[in-house]
Amino acid sequence: MTLDNLRPGSECLVKRLNAHDKLGQRLMDMGVYPGLKMKVIRNAPLEDPMELELDGYYLSIRHEEARFVEVEDR
Amino acid sequence: MKKKKALLALAGQPNCGKSTVFNALTGASQHVANYPGVTVEKMTGSYRYDGMKVEVVDLPGTYSLTSYSPEERVSRDFLLHEKPSVVVNVADASNLKRHLYLTFQLLEMGVPLVVDLNMMDVAERRGIDIDTQELSRQLGAPVVPTAIKKGRGKKELFKSINSVAGSERSPKPFNVDYGPLEPYLTQIENEFSENGAAFENYPGRWLAIKLVEGDSEAQKLIREHHSTPGKVLEFIENKRQEFESKHNEKPERHIAFSRYKVADTISRSCVKPKAVSTQPLSDRADAIICHKFLGPLILVGVIYLLYYLSIVQGYNVTNYTWPLLAKIRSITESFLPAPGFIDAPLIRSMTLWFVDSINALLNYIPIFFILFGLIAILEDSGYMPRMAFILDRIFNRYGLHGQSTLPMVLGGIYVGGCAVPGVMSCKGIPCERARFATILTIPMLNCLAKVPLYVLLINIYFADYKGPAMFFISTISLLMVLPVAKILTLTVLKNKDTSPFIMEMPPYHIPTIRGVLGRAVERVWLFIRKIITIVAAIAIIIFILLQFPGLSDERKAYYDTEKDRAIAGFYQKIEGNPYAEYVQGENLMALILYWNKYKNAKMMAKGKEAALAINEKFKAENPAFFKIVQPKRDKEAKSVNKAFKKLFSARKKLLREIKKEKIDNSFLGRVGRAMEPYTQYAGFNWRVNVSLLASFAAKESSVATLGALYEQEEEGETLETRMEKGEKGFTPLHALALMLFMVLYPPCVATSIMVKIQTGQIRWMIFSMLFPIVLGTAVATLIFSGGTALELTGLQAMIAFYGLALAITIGMGFLKNKQKTI
Repeated sequence: MTLDNLRPGSECLVKRLNAHDKLGQRLMDMGVYPGLKMKVIRNAPLEDPMELELDGYYLSIRHEEARFVEVEDR
Repeated sequence: MKKKKALLALAGQPNCGKSTVFNALTGASQHVANYPGVTVEKMTGSYRYDGMKVEVVDLPGTYSLTSYSPEERVSRDFLLHEKPSVVVNVADASNLKRHLYLTFQLLEMGVPLVVDLNMMDVAERRGIDIDTQELSRQLGAPVVPTAIKKGRGKKELFKSINSVAGSERSPKPFNVDYGPLEPYLTQIENEFSENGAAFENYPGRWLAIKLVEGDSEAQKLIREHHSTPGKVLEFIENKRQEFESKHNEKPERHIAFSRYKVADTISRSCVKPKAVSTQPLSDRADAIICHKFLGPLILVGVIYLLYYLSIVQGYNVTNYTWPLLAKIRSITESFLPAPGFIDAPLIRSMTLWFVDSINALLNYIPIFFILFGLIAILEDSGYMPRMAFILDRIFNRYGLHGQSTLPMVLGGIYVGGCAVPGVMSCKGIPCERARFATILTIPMLNCLAKVPLYVLLINIYFADYKGPAMFFISTISLLMVLPVAKILTLTVLKNKDTSPFIMEMPPYHIPTIRGVLGRAVERVWLFIRKIITIVAAIAIIIFILLQFPGLSDERKAYYDTEKDRAIAGFYQKIEGNPYAEYVQGENLMALILYWNKYKNAKMMAKGKEAALAINEKFKAENPAFFKIVQPKRDKEAKSVNKAFKKLFSARKKLLREIKKEKIDNSFLGRVGRAMEPYTQYAGFNWRVNVSLLASFAAKESSVATLGALYEQEEEGETLETRMEKGEKGFTPLHALALMLFMVLYPPCVATSIMVKIQTGQIRWMIFSMLFPIVLGTAVATLIFSGGTALELTGLQAMIAFYGLALAITIGMGFLKNKQKTI
């Protein structure tokens, strides 16, 4: 399953990044990599984008981008 | 100590307190901000410590050192080519793992590194305990724990910098173990190390890593410097594919994963597990600030406050600062040659025009100062990314970005903004395409200077529907900005780089007074330095275009006779009057000036006492003139007063006629006339053309020029009535077309310069001026010609156009963005 399907409050483990080039690089640079545990904190008031917590810091990401992150629900 | 001078580069990820470290080192007035990418420019400073003079360069905050973004390229090139004698890597102690990711890349480049483990206080508060000696041992580089914001560790940092910068030894190599990729790296390194001299400036292992990552800049290096680039690049590409098929992973992914793996191992061995993790305060705040219902409400409140404090209150402040500017004008005036009865010396009118043009802009400074201060507060507090988070969905549909919010608000999303700070604040938008779309559309919003023309036209032609008409004009601009932004991103901007939205939501900070004031001053100064100079030059050009070639000799002679007749008439009337002797020859002009000065002084005076003081002053200056100005019961003085008043208004009328005729005849007037055959479809006659042309320098002048063109027939007629009389054929439809053209009017000179600064290219500045003209003419033509053909009234046309714009905006929102390359 992919990250964009997760609801706020759910935690997951990153399995794989299906994005290449810029988006992939950016995800990696911001600390999203396979094996990482993260938590969906909330969606924006208009549903998109979403906010994640990973390792003590917070990222926001659009759902269309989260589609490229394969995760395992925990 | 061997070296006495050192070049220091400051590197680090965003939100690690790098700007604070920069300030602490150099004492510059720049300040920490939470908004990712505030230090895009190259900031420099210097200091001296223990005999060493250190030049400090603040590199842009980047998460990594790839060649995907300009900031990362800039940092990388600086490190490779400028060869700093020491690089200080600022890292956030409370987020060690992520920050080590950049540290490794710096170490791989072989730069002499000092790791500044900053924000130790935050880490301690969260119960994170770091063994910095162990960390230093593992990295092979000195690690200095600091909390620069609190002033902790500053001395140790200075010492560590000096010892690294003064040392001749090359830094210890640090290698991340890339496991199965290692044999490939060795092979690739060998492949170009044989090429010798050409690559000795680049660390071999670093170059090999970049090449196997498929880095475009590294490939360029090979193409430029290698003897057989084709062969080498093909070899590398084969290796890349070989690795991918063997390990089912792209090499660049593998490299990044390995770095995180090593970072994880190191941080585990150096960081004692934190006690109990509590929900950070920032996250608790976000539960409210980004709440589904409260979030947007707070956002509206913040925007309203921004407006209220800067535009409304700032405008009130200008009531106090304007007299100062007026004083500058009158002081300048006192040094200039006095005006004649009908002919003002050229130097006089030109200097006054010049001062007026500059004053018009200087008048905005209180507003800008408050505005820039408030922006700095928003940036430093960390609210900006939240703003982007809340609104990204809407803006993204139109090819814009969540971070377009602030520029749009500043530009005047409702009524009364200014495009200059709007365009200026586009700097923070990370996605190039969205940034350009924002920069190009901001001038279409309703800046303060457009408002006088709206008010003028609405008062004349939509007098019965003032409220709805004002609402129309205030909101229509956004309904044009959104579809235009979308069209631009689908056409001229379609090849611009896009970036993913992914954005850090940094913890909230309390802004410092010093930081906020410092940045407000810095930005106001930028405005003065960069913009006012050019506006001054343009003002002179427009003056020349409006004044020359001037009157023909024949017309001059005509006005001279008129003048003589008026004066002769005056003398005739006062013949035999005892006061007549005081107003002979040059004294007549002196009386005119005296009269003007007195009236002005009276107008400025507040209260009875001040008025009496002025009377005394003028009486002392010239008792005879005072009698004429204030005859009271003196019958003879009264009759001179009456005759003089008549002469005075005759002079005013002549001056106005001359001014009008000069503009009629001027180069700009001729252009306006030449354009009339084309602009008539938009409903613009030549006078309107002239006023639109003249308002390029500053839109405020549109109303002023119209004022000069529609001559006053009777004393005290407002421009409204004059325009109504002067333009019998002018209908609400004309007015509507004109207002919509004004909405789409090209950016003023000041904004154009800002567009040039922010896009970095003249051609984008020219484009930003041309496309609104085309669009504006098209819309005005549609309104006027279409409205005429359908026999619509102004109000009907207004409603029809609003509906059309709304429909297009909604329709455009559903149009798919061009698929990004992912």
